[in-house]
Amino acid sequence: MATLPIDIAHLLAGGLVLMSFLMIYQDRLSALLDVFTAHAVVLAASVAWQAHLQGDTFHLYLTALIALAFKGAVIPMALARIVRRLGIHREVETVVGTVPTMLAGIGLAALSIVLMMRLTAGADPLAREDLAFALTVVLLGLLMMVTRRNAVSQVVGFMSLENGLILAAAGARGMPLVVEIAVAFSILIAFIVIGVFLFRIRERFDTVDLAALDEVRGDRA
Amino acid sequence: MPPVDAAALIAGALLALGPAALAFGGPARGAIHAAATLLCLLAAGTGGAALLTGTTTTLTLPIGLPWLGARLALDPLAAVFVLLLGLGGAAASLSSIGYYRHDPAPLRSLPFQPPFLGAMLAVLLAADAFSFLMAWEVMSLLSWALVMVDHRDAATRQAGFVYLVMAAFGTLALLLAFGLMAGPAGGYGFDAIRALPPAPLTVAAILGLMLLGAGSKAGLVPLHVWLPLAHPAAPSPVSALMSGVMTKVAVYAFLRVAFDLMPPAPWWAGSAVIVLGAGSAVLGILLAVVEADMKRALACSTIENIGVIFAATGLALAFRSGGMPALAALALSAALFHALNHMAMKSLLFLGAGAVLHATGTRMLDRMGGLIHRMPATAALMLLGVTAIAALPPLNGFASEWLVFQAVLASPALPQSALQMLVPAAGGLLALAAALAAAAFVRLYGVAFLGRPRTPEAAAAPEADRATLAAMGALALLCLGAGLLPGLVLDLIAPAARQLTGAALPAQAHQPWLTLIPVSAARGTYNGLLVGLFVALSAGLAAGVIHRTASRRLRRAPAWDCGFPQSLPDSQYGAGSFAQPIRRVLGRTLLNARETVHMPPPGDPSAARLTVTAADPAWAALYAPLGRGVNATAAYANRFQALSIRRYLSLVFGSLVLLLLGLALWG
Repeated sequence: MATLPIDIAHLLAGGLVLMSFLMIYQDRLSALLDVFTAHAVVLAASVAWQAHLQGDTFHLYLTALIALAFKGAVIPMALARIVRRLGIHREVETVVGTVPTMLAGIGLAALSIVLMMRLTAGADPLAREDLAFALTVVLLGLLMMVTRRNAVSQVVGFMSLENGLILAAAGARGMPLVVEIAVAFSILIAFIVIGVFLFRIRERFDTVDLAALDEVRGDRA
Repeated sequence: MPPVDAAALIAGALLALGPAALAFGGPARGAIHAAATLLCLLAAGTGGAALLTGTTTTLTLPIGLPWLGARLALDPLAAVFVLLLGLGGAAASLSSIGYYRHDPAPLRSLPFQPPFLGAMLAVLLAADAFSFLMAWEVMSLLSWALVMVDHRDAATRQAGFVYLVMAAFGTLALLLAFGLMAGPAGGYGFDAIRALPPAPLTVAAILGLMLLGAGSKAGLVPLHVWLPLAHPAAPSPVSALMSGVMTKVAVYAFLRVAFDLMPPAPWWAGSAVIVLGAGSAVLGILLAVVEADMKRALACSTIENIGVIFAATGLALAFRSGGMPALAALALSAALFHALNHMAMKSLLFLGAGAVLHATGTRMLDRMGGLIHRMPATAALMLLGVTAIAALPPLNGFASEWLVFQAVLASPALPQSALQMLVPAAGGLLALAAALAAAAFVRLYGVAFLGRPRTPEAAAAPEADRATLAAMGALALLCLGAGLLPGLVLDLIAPAARQLTGAALPAQAHQPWLTLIPVSAARGTYNGLLVGLFVALSAGLAAGVIHRTASRRLRRAPAWDCGFPQSLPDSQYGAGSFAQPIRRVLGRTLLNARETVHMPPPGDPSAARLTVTAADPAWAALYAPLGRGVNATAAYANRFQALSIRRYLSLVFGSLVLLLLGLALWG
C-alpha cells in the first residue's frame, strides 16, 4: 500500500485537469464561475495533500489556505458580483465551438503528458506526473483564454492557468513560500486591475466583448 | 609595470578624457587633445616595448562577466596594432589641437574623440569574447557620434544612418562568430577558445562570419558602401583616425581570430579572402579615380589598401593551411607592414585634406587648384604622402607592396593547383590597383595643388595651422623612415609573425646596407636606403645641372596658345577630365559610367551640357534588392501590429504549443 499516497496525489492533480476540462465545456458565465470555484478547491486539496506527503512543510499548508480563501471564495464571489452587476450571466460567448475546443484540449493533455514523461525520466515519480498534470492545466487555461471572447472568462482562464503553476510549484520540493506569496499577490493585483478595467470598458462601450475594443483602435494599418 | 597594465591604464585614461571634456571648461578643456596626444605616444611606446621584448603579459580585471572578469592581454600581435594606434592616434590628436581652435562646435567631437581611441585600444587588449565585443561596440558607437558631428547636413545624416546599420550588422556577425567559437560549453576566454579548436567546416563558417563582421568595419567589398560616405563626413582628424586606425583594428580582429584563435582553415577559405581582397583593391581605387570629392577619394583609396592587406592575409592563410610557415610569415609580415604604412600615409593625407578643406571651404577637387603657392608646407608634405601611397620607391608604400608581391610570386609553392592559378591572377589585379592608385593620386595632387586656382577661395587659401603641420610632418617622417629602413620595421614586427605562423622572416638588421632579403638573395632583394640615396643624388644632380646650365631667371610666357585659347582657370585639366580615360576604359563595365551630351536644338542659345554618371555597383547589385526585401518583409510584418488581444494570445499560445511539440518530437 506504499503507493496509495502517491495515487491520491495523482487523483487530486488529475481532478484539477478534469476541472479544467469542465471549465472549457461551460459556455455560460455563472456556471463557469462555479466550476472555477471547484477548480480552486481541488487545487487547495491537492496542495494540502502534497504538504502532508512532504512532511514538515508549513508553508505548503499556508499556500493551500491562501488558494482556498482567495481563489475558492473571494475571487469567485467578486467575479460573480461583477457578472451580476453587468447583467451578463446568461451570455453564451465562445468563439470556437465546444467540441473542437474539447478535442484540442485532449490533444494538449496528451502532448504535455508525452513531453513531461520523456523529459523527466529518472525524476521523482511523484513530481513527474504532477508536472505533467500541471502543464496540462496551464495549457488548458491558455486555450480557454484564446477561445473566449468575454473579458470575464479570460480572467477566469488566466486564474486557472495560475492554478496550474501553483500545482507545479507545490510538487517541486523546497519551493520557498516567498515565491508563492508573491505569485498569489500578483494574481490578486491582476484581478483587481482587470476588475476595475472591466467596469471601465463596460462604462464606455456598453459591453465587455473584446471585439468592441478593436473597433475603436486607431492604429490599424 | 608590465606592458599590459600600462596599456590598460592608458585606455582607461583615454576613456575618462571624454567625461573630463564635459566637466572642465576653458583652458583645461583645450588641453584634452594634448593629453590624448601624450597618452597615445605612451601607448605607442608601450606597444613598441612589448614588441621589442616579444613577451605576452596578461591581466584580469574584476569587471564584465562575473565568472570571467575582463581578461586583457598584450601579446606581439596586439602590440603591433597598439603601436599603430598610438602613432596614428597621437598624430590625429596633435592635429586636433589645431582643429579645436577653429572648430565652431568643439563639444560635438571633443567628448567622443579620446574615448574613441580608448575603445580601440580596449579592442586590441581584450582577451575574452565579452570584453572584445563590448569594446568593439563602444568603438562603433563613438565613431558614429563622431561621424554625426556635422549633423545639420542631410548627407551626413544619411552617412550616419548607413554607417550605423552596417556597424550593427558587423557586430551581429562578430557575435555569431564568437558564439560559434565559444561552442556549447560557452568558453568565452580566448585561452578557452584556443584550447578547443572546432571542426574544419566550423572554422570556415567562423572565418566567413569574421569576414562579414571585421570586413564590414574595414571596408572590404561589397561591405564597403558606408566607408566613402562616413569617413569623409567626420572632422578631418577623425577621418584620419577612422581610415588610418579603425580599419586596422578590424584587420586586427580578423588576424586574431583567423591565425591565433583558430586552427589552420581549409585552403579554399584562404582563396576566398584573396579574391575579396584583390577585388576590393581594384574596385576601391577605381572609385577613387572617378571621385570628385577629395576626402571621398581618400576614403575610396582606403578600400584599396584594405584590399591589399586582406589579399596578403589570404595568402598567409593559404600558405598556413599548406604547411609552409616561412612563406605564411612572409605574407603576414607584408600585411602587417602595409597596415602600419597605410596608417601613416592615409592619416597624413586626411590631415592634409582637412587643412585644404579648412583653407578653401570645399572638398570638391574642381574648386581647388594652385594651392602649392598658397600652402607650400602642406603641399610638400602631401606630395610625400601621395608618393608613398602611390607606391613609389623609396617610400614605405613601395616597400610593403613589394613584399606583398614577393608573397604572390611564391605562390607556385602552394600544393593546390587552383591556388597556383588564382594567386597570380589576384597578383595581376593588385598590380592593376597599384597602377590605378598612381593615376588616382597624380590626379588628386595635380588638380588640387598644381595649376591655377579655380575659385577665389583657392586663390586666397591660408596655410594650415602649426599643430596640423607638425602632425603631418611626423607622419611624413614615419613614411620616409619606414621606406628607407624597411628591414628595421620588419624586425620589429617579427615577433607577431612568429606568434601567428610559427615562423618569421630572417632578421634584416644585420644585412649589409640594410638590404631587405625576405626569402633568399636569389629570389629578390630591395634596398630602400640605396634606392633613396640614388633618387636623392640623381634628382639633386639633375636639379643642379639644370640650374647651372639654364638661366636662373623665372620666366612667365604663354604656354601653348592652342591649348589655352582662353586663360580661364576652367580651361585647365580638371578632376573629371583627368579621370576620363580610365573612366571610359574600366568604368563603363565596372562602375556603369555613362556620359550623356545634351545639345540644345539649333537656334536655342542655352549651353550644351555633358552629364557624367558613375555609381558604385554594390548599391545596385546588393543593397537595393536587400532594401526592397527588408521593406517588403516589414510591410508584411506590419499586419501583426494591429491584431485583437485574442489573436495575440492565440499567437503566443500557438508558438508555445509548437515549441512543446518540437520538444516532444525531437527532444
